[in-house]
Amino acid sequence: MDPLIQALYSIPVAGLVFQLGGYLIAVVPGISPIILQAATPIALAALCGVVCERSGVVNIGIEGTMIGAAFVGWYVGVLLAPSLGGSPSALFGVTPALLIAFGVAVLTGVLIATLHAWLSISVRADQIIAGTIINIAAFGVTGYLDNLVARGSPVGAGAFTQFNPPRELAGIPVFGWILNMFLNQGPIVMSLIVIVVVLQVMLFRSRWGLRTRAVGEHPKAADTVGIDVIRVRYRNVMLGGVFAGLAGAYLSMEATNSFQQGMTAGRGFIGLAAMIVGRWSPVGALGAALLFSSTTAIGQSISIFPPSGQLGEILGSLPGQFYDALPYIVTIIVLAGVVGRSTPPAADGLPYEREATT
Amino acid sequence: MSEGGARGIPSMGRLLRDAWSVLALPLISIVLALVVGAAIIYGSQLITGQPFTIGLPLEAYAALTQGAFGSFNAVVNTAAVTAPLILGGLSVALAFKAGLFNIGGQGQFLLGALGAVAVGVSFKSAPPFVAIPLALGAGMLAGAAWGFIPGALKAMSGAHEVVTTIMLNYIAIGLVAAMVSGPLDLGTSPNPITDDVGNAALPVLLGRNGHLGIVLALAAVTAVWWLLSRTTRGFEIRIVGANPDAARYAGMRPRFVLILTMSLAGLLAGLAGATVVLGVTRNMTASFNTSVGFDSIAVALLARSNPVGVVFAALLFGAMRGGAPLMQIKAGIPVELVDVLQATILLLLAADRIIRHALRLRGVRGGMASTETITRTYGGDVTAN
Repeated sequence: MDPLIQALYSIPVAGLVFQLGGYLIAVVPGISPIILQAATPIALAALCGVVCERSGVVNIGIEGTMIGAAFVGWYVGVLLAPSLGGSPSALFGVTPALLIAFGVAVLTGVLIATLHAWLSISVRADQIIAGTIINIAAFGVTGYLDNLVARGSPVGAGAFTQFNPPRELAGIPVFGWILNMFLNQGPIVMSLIVIVVVLQVMLFRSRWGLRTRAVGEHPKAADTVGIDVIRVRYRNVMLGGVFAGLAGAYLSMEATNSFQQGMTAGRGFIGLAAMIVGRWSPVGALGAALLFSSTTAIGQSISIFPPSGQLGEILGSLPGQFYDALPYIVTIIVLAGVVGRSTPPAADGLPYEREATT
Repeated sequence: MSEGGARGIPSMGRLLRDAWSVLALPLISIVLALVVGAAIIYGSQLITGQPFTIGLPLEAYAALTQGAFGSFNAVVNTAAVTAPLILGGLSVALAFKAGLFNIGGQGQFLLGALGAVAVGVSFKSAPPFVAIPLALGAGMLAGAAWGFIPGALKAMSGAHEVVTTIMLNYIAIGLVAAMVSGPLDLGTSPNPITDDVGNAALPVLLGRNGHLGIVLALAAVTAVWWLLSRTTRGFEIRIVGANPDAARYAGMRPRFVLILTMSLAGLLAGLAGATVVLGVTRNMTASFNTSVGFDSIAVALLARSNPVGVVFAALLFGAMRGGAPLMQIKAGIPVELVDVLQATILLLLAADRIIRHALRLRGVRGGMASTETITRTYGGDVTAN
């Protein structure tokens, strides 16, 4: 090892920071595709939150929407796979059954989101309570159905596979690993980047975006100039359902090829935290999701390739459960540090009721 | 107030009207949920491919009732399952009163159980009158600490408890696994498990598992009712929940009240966890987990955050949880049907306006009246207070 690096590493405490830095520089290029994959469901959940809350509807039910979409998509695959067979195509391993299952998963996300929209916008129930009830209902129903279905230990329609970029691209010095991070991925992860960019532009540069923000900040003013507040909110919550549905489909049809009860593991809520930390903007939400997911990936990396030396001894002495809990711990800390300086849309969570004409 | 019966003893008709206005919506929701449950049971016959049986829902509900109340032991077991739901329901209800939404019952329950087991095992040979209070106290303290964190985070930074408590639930699951497979592991089996709590176990008062925790739960109902309706602190909690601005102008400290309420809510959920490990399981495995946290939300919502109502709502869901295993054995319906019924009841309560309109109910109170202020503090504007 370089004598300079060796000298730096031997300084107490600060040396540990240098060792950690060195370890991260060594492993991050290798695990970068995993970081983006782990960020995908979190970022999609955060995007769902962004389009809902920018129009003034708080959606706590993202987690339940995700698990519902994940289950229905997987189960449709189970039903269709035997009859629609066919060998997976070279690109992304697509089969007809998988495509239909994917479509139904997204549709399920929209349906569950519509239920939330109805409860929050039309029934004017408390939005956080409505979202929580959707979570409880989604976990209950998928758990019940999964127990019925799992008796036959069925096989689903499989999963989307990753695109293999040409080796020459990944071999490019310095930038190769970044290209690899975005290209060595399945279709949902790849489309995430496109969705984030499009949404960022649309939200701040299009008529839809302006209307959405107007309705979320000052619905009365928006109503006065002729914007249909109720319709904008319904449309946005349903669009959010598309993203939550994609997140669910990612979990049961790209990250894995099966459904497990509770497989969302709080990602919908981490997504909400990412939305807040990212200040209700799509790009910010993706950045926060990447921050949260990198803790997961680095935690895994530490248990598989432990760093050497003093740092390795310290990290190795922590129980494995610490690394499992790391994303949740980091989420709380970052949220507590950022939230006071991050302002939600002014009419967030408030139901809108047109005043009676006098 | 000018109606007859306002002075002296209220008339029978007035009492009935009052009872109907409070109970109508929960009762209608429960009945409708059973109907929806029946439809789901029919639907699930399609999935499993069983021959269609028209009477299956009735068979399932009969088995559920029999499992919950069919024998002396079943009744005692139902009471034992109900006790932690009462404590959890009180935890959520108390938080609701202060305008807080405690979704962290699961984590607080787990921490309470962990604290009780850790202290219970260390004092397993001490006399019961020393070991039991110490173990229970440790459970309550650990739960309160797990409630204090989201309370303090909300008061200091404005991080909404809905996100932080969920994160703390997952952290609690990891903490239990780490402690049970680490320092608390007995080491006698490949699957980590703690030692028996010995003398710290709660005495069984009735039947097979009618343990002291049932009495403690009912005592807690009285305590919470007393706190909320007979003390200044309880008054402050309710005012902070109803209108934090008014509370501050009246010289109260909303942040302090908020932290205190969340800690008390954690204490109650922690006590629930402590009674379960000290009264029922008597030890802990690394995968120890609970559904009490989310069931408690259902209990508090159904009870409209009323401490006495919590007892009845907890009994309903406790009976379902207690009776469900027999339903699975006799009718082949997975125990998770209880989750579906519970969720349906909640959905119907949330859609109360629609039900009242559809059934032309007049003079009936809304289903979610106690929760109208929850979303208000979302997004951190509490720090402005």
